[in-house]
Amino acid sequence: MAQYVFLMYDSEDWYDTAGDQDVADEFRLHEAFMEAVREAGAEVVGGEALERSSTASTVRRGEGAPLVTDGPFADTKEALGGFYVIDAPDLDVALRLAAVCPAGTVEVRPVMAMPDA
Amino acid sequence: MSVAAGEALTRAYRECWVVVVAATARLTRDLDLAEDCTQEAFERALRVWPEGVPDNPAGWLTTTARRVALDRLRREQTLRRKLPLLVEDPAADEAEPAPTDPLRLVLTCCHPALARESQVALTLRLVCGLDTAAIAAVLLTGEAGVARRITRAKRKIAAARIPFRVPADDELAPRLDAALTVVHLVYTAGHVGSGTELADTGLTTRAIALSRMLVRVLPAEPEPRGLLGLLLLTEARGGTRTDPDGELVLLADQDRSAWDPRRTREGLAHATAALRAGTPPGRFALQAALAGLHAVAPSWERTDWSQVVVTYDALVRVWPSAVAALNRAAARSQVPGVDLREVLGEMDALTPDLVRYPYLPAARASVLARLGRREEAAAAYDEALALTVNPVERRFLAGRRAELS
Repeated sequence: MAQYVFLMYDSEDWYDTAGDQDVADEFRLHEAFMEAVREAGAEVVGGEALERSSTASTVRRGEGAPLVTDGPFADTKEALGGFYVIDAPDLDVALRLAAVCPAGTVEVRPVMAMPDA
Repeated sequence: MSVAAGEALTRAYRECWVVVVAATARLTRDLDLAEDCTQEAFERALRVWPEGVPDNPAGWLTTTARRVALDRLRREQTLRRKLPLLVEDPAADEAEPAPTDPLRLVLTCCHPALARESQVALTLRLVCGLDTAAIAAVLLTGEAGVARRITRAKRKIAAARIPFRVPADDELAPRLDAALTVVHLVYTAGHVGSGTELADTGLTTRAIALSRMLVRVLPAEPEPRGLLGLLLLTEARGGTRTDPDGELVLLADQDRSAWDPRRTREGLAHATAALRAGTPPGRFALQAALAGLHAVAPSWERTDWSQVVVTYDALVRVWPSAVAALNRAAARSQVPGVDLREVLGEMDALTPDLVRYPYLPAARASVLARLGRREEAAAAYDEALALTVNPVERRFLAGRRAELS
């Protein structure tokens, strides 16, 4: 098995407009996704939903004191809204799961394999 | 070296490289090491074959490469690979070569998670055995860029765990389509390469050998057969595509009596089989059918243009692409009694989708010339020339432009 991080990007309008029903619907979509993961012989080993990107602070290190700025590292139309850590047998399975992951855009990144201690 | 050994080696290099790399990759679970061992096996053949060419060159090379690999693996046992190639084959002994291995290698190189340019470069390297300089030459690009692209793609295959396998039936069609597209590009690159008078890399031969291999391992799939038919029918026109001075000769002006009847026959048989088996026929089967319609026509004028247009209609349906639509318009311009202004309108409508595609202004120029609109035709030829790199095609376009005045 290999680990992949699914980085989920979406428009952030949702945060402004979502009512209780929308939140409940979204929750069900993620339940269904986790069920699909189990059915594919993969496993969700971690993941979180994130507060909107306007709540982010970015710390940039360079020469001298670290520079703190308000907002996300990259200010984009679609912002990082959450992530999953998925254990999957291979990239084909991971990509199939990303296709049913409830997000507008999903970036699939393999977790770096570390040599056994 | 004896002529026989030299010929056998060249032939093996062009036709068996993929078989040897694939069988070795299964054992080494490392594409770089598989490539090195294959290289070494060919070097040994260079020394040994002059004393007698083995009865089964592919088998000899595979055994040799795998033996080299086993030696290296034993010696480097401490260097256990961190990210072994993911070979998935529950039915078979994991280390034994399987007949589907070359297909696995092709599908791995053409995985949709790799950019098309990387798929092509990786296929030329791993499947066709070209070195970086040769790949850069056929792709008309820089060597450093090609080397970077290949290294990155190999690293992605290992790190992201792209599996070395034949996908399940329901996933095979789109994966196969990408692989066939790349094999077709390899063939086309072979023609571009010959146009720039580069050393003959045998890419057209390799592309045909690859499509034969795909037909062999996937006999029930119509599209590999369609591709093989298309390539054979194109190859049959071989020498007639250029004149003795190396200048381009259009299909309309080619000496049809010089087309290779053996390749034409075989190409037609594959094209027909692919057309019958596809429901509906796929894009390679239809492209093969188009090549077949030209192959059976006694002359350019007596080509069944109406059937050509109908076939293009089917092609545009299964493969909605601006290039197919342009070719359809160009075919329509040959139908007797057609309104050329209407055809020109169809071509103009494709401009936004084919901004840097030289064949669009070239096709427009030809229609404009037939309409007697010389100045516009000249401007269109200039536009085509500005987008064309291949010197043979450039001379052709310049010649056509000069004929206007």
